Amino acid sequence: MQSLGTRRVNHQNDAVAVAVAGAASPLPLYRSAPPLEVRLEDFEAFAVDRLRVLKAISDGLSRGKKPEEMKNLVDELLKTHMSHPKPPEAVNKDVISHFVLRLVYCRTEDLRKWFLSMETTLFRYRFKRESEEAQRALMADFNLPYKAVNTAEFESVKDKLGQVARSIGQSLPTADAIFYKVPFEDVPELVAGRRVYIHRGNAYVAMNQVVSLVVTQFRSFLSKALILTNRKWTSSIKEQEKDRLTPIVEVLSTSYLGPDYSQPRESAEISLKDIDHLAKSSFPLCMRHLYDKLKEDHHLKHGGRMQLGLFLKGVGLKLDDALAFWRAEFSQKVGAERFEKEYAYNIRHNYGREGKRTDYTPFSCQKVISSTPGVGDHHGCPFRHFSEENLRAALGGMGVGNRGMDDIIDKVRNRHYQVACTLTFEAVHGSSCDAGINHPNQYFIDSQKILQSKLISSSYNARPSRMLKTIISLANISICKPAHHVKQ
Amino acid sequence: MNREEAENCREDMEIDGNDSEMPAQRHADIIPDGFNANYLKAYYGKVFPHSDIFKWMCYGHDGKHPGCDPTYLSRREFSFTLDNDIYLRFQSYTSAYELESSIKEKCPFKIDIGPVYSVNPAKRHAYAQTGDNVFTPVERELIFDIDITDYDDVRFCCSGADICLDCWPLMTVAIKVIDTALRDDFGFNHILWVYSGRRGVHCWVCDGKARRLSNEQRAAITDYFRVYKGNENSNKKVSLVGPVLHPFLARSYTDVLKDFFEGKVLLNQNILSTEEKYEKILEMIPDESVAAELRGKWQEKRKAKDDINVVRWEQLKSLLYSGKVKHIQGLRRCIEEIIFSFTYPRLDMEVSKHMNHLLKAPFCVHPKTGRVCVPIDPNNCEEFDPTAVPTLSQLLQELNMSGSRADMDDELDRTSLGRAVRYFRSSFLQPLLKSCKEEIESAYNSRLQQSKNSLSW
Ligand code: SF4
Ligand SMILES: [Zn+2]
Repeated sequence: MQSLGTRRVNHQNDAVAVAVAGAASPLPLYRSAPPLEVRLEDFEAFAVDRLRVLKAISDGLSRGKKPEEMKNLVDELLKTHMSHPKPPEAVNKDVISHFVLRLVYCRTEDLRKWFLSMETTLFRYRFKRESEEAQRALMADFNLPYKAVNTAEFESVKDKLGQVARSIGQSLPTADAIFYKVPFEDVPELVAGRRVYIHRGNAYVAMNQVVSLVVTQFRSFLSKALILTNRKWTSSIKEQEKDRLTPIVEVLSTSYLGPDYSQPRESAEISLKDIDHLAKSSFPLCMRHLYDKLKEDHHLKHGGRMQLGLFLKGVGLKLDDALAFWRAEFSQKVGAERFEKEYAYNIRHNYGREGKRTDYTPFSCQKVISSTPGVGDHHGCPFRHFSEENLRAALGGMGVGNRGMDDIIDKVRNRHYQVACTLTFEAVHGSSCDAGINHPNQYFIDSQKILQSKLISSSYNARPSRMLKTIISLANISICKPAHHVKQ
Repeated sequence: MNREEAENCREDMEIDGNDSEMPAQRHADIIPDGFNANYLKAYYGKVFPHSDIFKWMCYGHDGKHPGCDPTYLSRREFSFTLDNDIYLRFQSYTSAYELESSIKEKCPFKIDIGPVYSVNPAKRHAYAQTGDNVFTPVERELIFDIDITDYDDVRFCCSGADICLDCWPLMTVAIKVIDTALRDDFGFNHILWVYSGRRGVHCWVCDGKARRLSNEQRAAITDYFRVYKGNENSNKKVSLVGPVLHPFLARSYTDVLKDFFEGKVLLNQNILSTEEKYEKILEMIPDESVAAELRGKWQEKRKAKDDINVVRWEQLKSLLYSGKVKHIQGLRRCIEEIIFSFTYPRLDMEVSKHMNHLLKAPFCVHPKTGRVCVPIDPNNCEEFDPTAVPTLSQLLQELNMSGSRADMDDELDRTSLGRAVRYFRSSFLQPLLKSCKEEIESAYNSRLQQSKNSLSW
């Protein structure tokens, strides 16, 4: 329990809190920070819950989920993480968690971008859940300057509007259908999908598409707000709160949420003789590759030993078995004596038995992906570090067929390495992995679960850790920075 | 251009300097064909339309109106690729004189134009030190880059950087489709099309509202134009879904693509003449039995009076349109998909999506072909012949032949570039500047109004 009691979260925003818990508008617009008392542990816990939602949305998007699937996903997420038996409490949690994460995600361009995009997506699907009446009310709150198209004009473009509607598989607009005429710049997503008729710079937006207008507003408002929050953060909050909020905020953006893989789960201990079999059935590609290389060369360089060694520890290989395992391979190459002298130390060290008693934690995907293997190294994430050709061959070796292959490669090209890995998991196991792959050990556990066809609800998801473990980074977001390109 | 490309470029340039693939010229002994730094010096000295480029880049901010932004030009990035592979980025200029003398002095092999930044790009480091991270692009023309090498799977006359009059019409069609949409759909008016000097075209959309588009809005426009599914690097497969086409696609199809395909592509590229070629088209038919039926027909050798391509195309159409196969899923859009695959513009999406892409300035000379990047009139783009575009050596020759006079415009008129420059001025620059002035004026007035209001209060 925190002894700090309560803490007023207030961003010194002068505006009146209009949207908080407003009875007319169950969907907050987050115009200004809530003048609410928040217990410090709620501050953190609410933020973590919202992060789970945003993170799952991010996964859903990069896995190319269809709008319908996204809708269900968001419904499910809100129910699981954001609901509260008392509705006003739910709204408070909603608003508080949003503002906490604003603080967390205001601090760099990349963080802002990610947060903006996920919050906007969340808002979009929540807006769509609202009744038409509530939607109009929200539109009014946004003060949108658009006018509905009058009858005469409607008649003149009716055919085109009908053509667009049919081109996206919708029914023809009826005579009393409402269309708004808006600058095409205001509905980029409708333009991008050719979901509107555009003429001389104006897009004709149907009532069932106004979500795009609202979302654009929401987005631009939030974008500006994040910049302002960032200014306040750097100019005052960070310093004022350096003993209380600042550490929480700083850890929140880089860390998150998964189970802790540094200790093998009690139930799962593996023995030496199983490794070979497990490597083939349940190792993710990064570990499978290291394993194969080790068997082939009877040697791995330091980076590879760390990555595989800690993974094996997480999988449940005991220290003695680990020593035996590495010895069996290395002694073939360097001899048993040199192994004991030069390498055994390292392995004990990984298990925290020598040197500083740090208990080394298995690497998360984030860490593996961001490593920089050099010549002769085999660690790293094959999705990121292999050439396309080698990757295809390696995937073939895992048993991925042609059909899955192209999807996977496509994700890789878009730098969604973990999504590619998730698809690989699914292709290999013929079963879905909705949580996405965040950690090689999670890959292993999920694989085992499927293979042993145990109930899904076993240990992995059972105990959502409230602690801010720094194991699994939230930021498995691949951000493609537009470089300065030069064209002939 | 990265270093490697720059190096390749140099190699090729040397080679080009020695061979003589250009049409033979009179006085070839005086000005040999090709491209070199000396020619370029003369070109920048006497022919290059410095002041037009300057006026364009100022967008009306010429200091003559109190509403002008005196920093506007100085915030624009220029970058130069020099003879010795040196690549100078973030050059900026405050006056016509500065710009012109820098070009004349440095004699760049290539001039690229970048965005307008929040601050003078040459001084970006100084601003960075103030702590406010303010160096960011704020304006940029909406640009498009279409390169004929992206059509290599649908042109059989040439490949790679080569072009000929059989495949060039692909570019013409691209110009028509995109230009019409930019004007009629998006409402842009100030659009400049430019020959890239070798194997493609560039498009500059210069309306104020185009220059101020966000990256997201640029991406939206680019996606509006996109008909290929999957990743840009993967299969170039056209996918048209839905019971009817979006009005933009429908218009492009009926007004441009269909006739072009049946009138030109079919014959010029002989796309159904051999088994190897027609198999590619049969691959686009999603139903194997239908494809097999056509294959059967086409494998029989039969003498036909008409062109074999036309005959086969008619067979394909009549089969696909026949009641017999109408019910088969996926066949509905098949003919359109084939035609789109062969004719629809293939844009380099990345160029258009971000404000910070650089693009070669018009009137540069392409180092490999020696051809000048001249504007193309979209209303008469069929008439544009890339093989007849003036070359550097040709221009110098023309100058030499007519003796020397002082007047710059005169100088221009004596070369075959005169027409291109005059088109640039009258059809692009003048209307553009007129609307820029109006925009500056009205922005100024409303600001004035605002400050009056606040004063009276
Ligand atoms: S995504 Fe993670 S588990 Fe998969 S190969 Fe890469 S690092 Fe390993
Ligand atoms: Zn050709």
